[in-house]
Amino acid sequence: MTALLQVRDLVKTFGTGDVETRVLRGLNLAMQTGELAALLGPSGSGKSTLLTILGTLMQPTSGSHTMLGVDLTTATDRALTEFRNLHIGFVFQFHNLLPDFTALENVLFPTAVREGRETAAARGRGEELLVRMGLAERVHFPTANLSGGQKQRVAVARALMNRPELVLADEPTGNLDRASALQVMDLIGEINREEGTSFLISTHDEKIAASCRRQIVVGDGLVTG
Amino acid sequence: MIYALKIATRYLTASKAQTALLVFGVAIGVFIFIFMSALIGGLAEFIITTTAGDMDHISIQAEADDPPLLLPPRGTVLLVQQASTRTSAVLKDTAAFMPLIEALPGVIASSQQINGSGFLIRGALTTQVSISGLEPGKESAIINLDGYIVEGAADLATGGMLIGKTLAEDMDLRLGQSVRVQSGLGIEAVLTVTGIYEIGSGPRDSQQAFVGLATARTLFAMPQGVTRVEFKLTNLFDADATTLRIRALTGLDAVSWTEAGAQLLAALQTQAQLGVILEGFAMLTIIIGVASALLLSTYRRRPEIGIMRAMGAARWFVMVVFVSQGALIGLLGGLVGAAAGYGVLLFFPPRESFGPDSTGLPIDITQGAYGLAIVLTTLGAIAASILPARAAARLDPVTAIGQ
Repeated sequence: MTALLQVRDLVKTFGTGDVETRVLRGLNLAMQTGELAALLGPSGSGKSTLLTILGTLMQPTSGSHTMLGVDLTTATDRALTEFRNLHIGFVFQFHNLLPDFTALENVLFPTAVREGRETAAARGRGEELLVRMGLAERVHFPTANLSGGQKQRVAVARALMNRPELVLADEPTGNLDRASALQVMDLIGEINREEGTSFLISTHDEKIAASCRRQIVVGDGLVTG
Repeated sequence: MIYALKIATRYLTASKAQTALLVFGVAIGVFIFIFMSALIGGLAEFIITTTAGDMDHISIQAEADDPPLLLPPRGTVLLVQQASTRTSAVLKDTAAFMPLIEALPGVIASSQQINGSGFLIRGALTTQVSISGLEPGKESAIINLDGYIVEGAADLATGGMLIGKTLAEDMDLRLGQSVRVQSGLGIEAVLTVTGIYEIGSGPRDSQQAFVGLATARTLFAMPQGVTRVEFKLTNLFDADATTLRIRALTGLDAVSWTEAGAQLLAALQTQAQLGVILEGFAMLTIIIGVASALLLSTYRRRPEIGIMRAMGAARWFVMVVFVSQGALIGLLGGLVGAAAGYGVLLFFPPRESFGPDSTGLPIDITQGAYGLAIVLTTLGAIAASILPARAAARLDPVTAIGQ
């Protein structure tokens, strides 16, 4: 295993003066490639903020953030967008699919937006991912016609489309029933084992956390365990 | 770009009712634009047809020589000369300058004339008339005599004469009858009425006679040259520029119609400006409508914009998605509005029927500015979409997804 990402002395504050809130207070974290890690902690501990910074959607107030050897704290918005597209996948709690597109079109988005069109090769990869997610019969379904579990599996497929090194999942099973949640976690575990994709999964669910090989506990803006 | 266009199209087709309403709104604006263009253009055509249609656009008249002084001047000499209707000054070198002027771009017709005053005498009846000698074959070069003929033909080749209907009635003259014509010089000729016209203008119908140029030469003892040449242009608003070119080319004192018709020119220009203002308002309505609709769409799709950005869509990509929506709405609305405008304008009488006797609105279907309306609408809609598109592109993905 090689180093995937490292954050050092990460600080993130919101607001200024009397209303300033320090969410991350000098957090340190390192991840290796191929890790399947759960991010645990109470609400307000800074899990989501950490995931947002690791996903390059937000810059820290101070501290360093490197991934794959690239210093992401000094990169431009354009460079971060390109980096995010190539190396990071996202799975959100509420699937966040594009509602006016089919399952396949949603999965293809990260590749199509980079290549400027939906290529045959991308379509092949997208269909393969959807089949792997157990959605062979739902490839061309509008996402509005899918169940919650199916939508979340489409979201996982979309996160994997560009073969990213890291997938950040913020409560990916938080909105699913137990059966669907386990199904999604099984798929994540399978992808992690077979493709070596790293996962960092924020969750409150101890069973979900237990299914991950590493548990990272965040409390009061710091990694506590 | 192709993928951004696909997403834009999907957004539009996903909200069919909203898109249809938006396109309908744009189409109404385009329809108004086209209707106003056709109306303003038609009105201008109507005014030109009824007032300026039969006038020359550029004329060159021989300059009368200064009266000779009978006494050698001592000190300042003051002279007063009454303008004479009698023809004396002659343009001699027409053969040299006419081909040059006729070859100028925009010159579509020319007429060499010998004008003067005289009398029509029939028995005890005598009427003073203005006599215009025209080149046979060019009778309708300036005034559309062919179009005004009510009896006979506008043909001066056979040595005949054309008179107005009122003059014919006053003199009790009918087609084929002969009448004695006496010029101001006292030279007489007997001519046959070969055509009777009705222009609708009092003096021309009651005090004007047209004869062949050869006849006019005899009547006014002018074996060479002419007293006036007139030109018509493709576009009468080019008259000033062409006049300057003629002056530079020939050294002759060419006169544009705008010098004598300043009021008409001002009226036409005011009307054209009014048209531009009304068309501008129609375009502004379209721009505001598209901008507000797209701003609303941007707001409604904030979470999706956030997702796109999170998935690696660059800011420019988001901008192109929303600008493409504006362009598509503008293009579609422009096409629908232009088609509707053309369809409605088909029910109005054609421009050929414009004239003093025509009733109803003088709307000219050929001046609908359809292509311009479509292009301006598309450009306007693109311009209108830039602000919402910029707002969309600048959205913070974290905030947008959280909504």
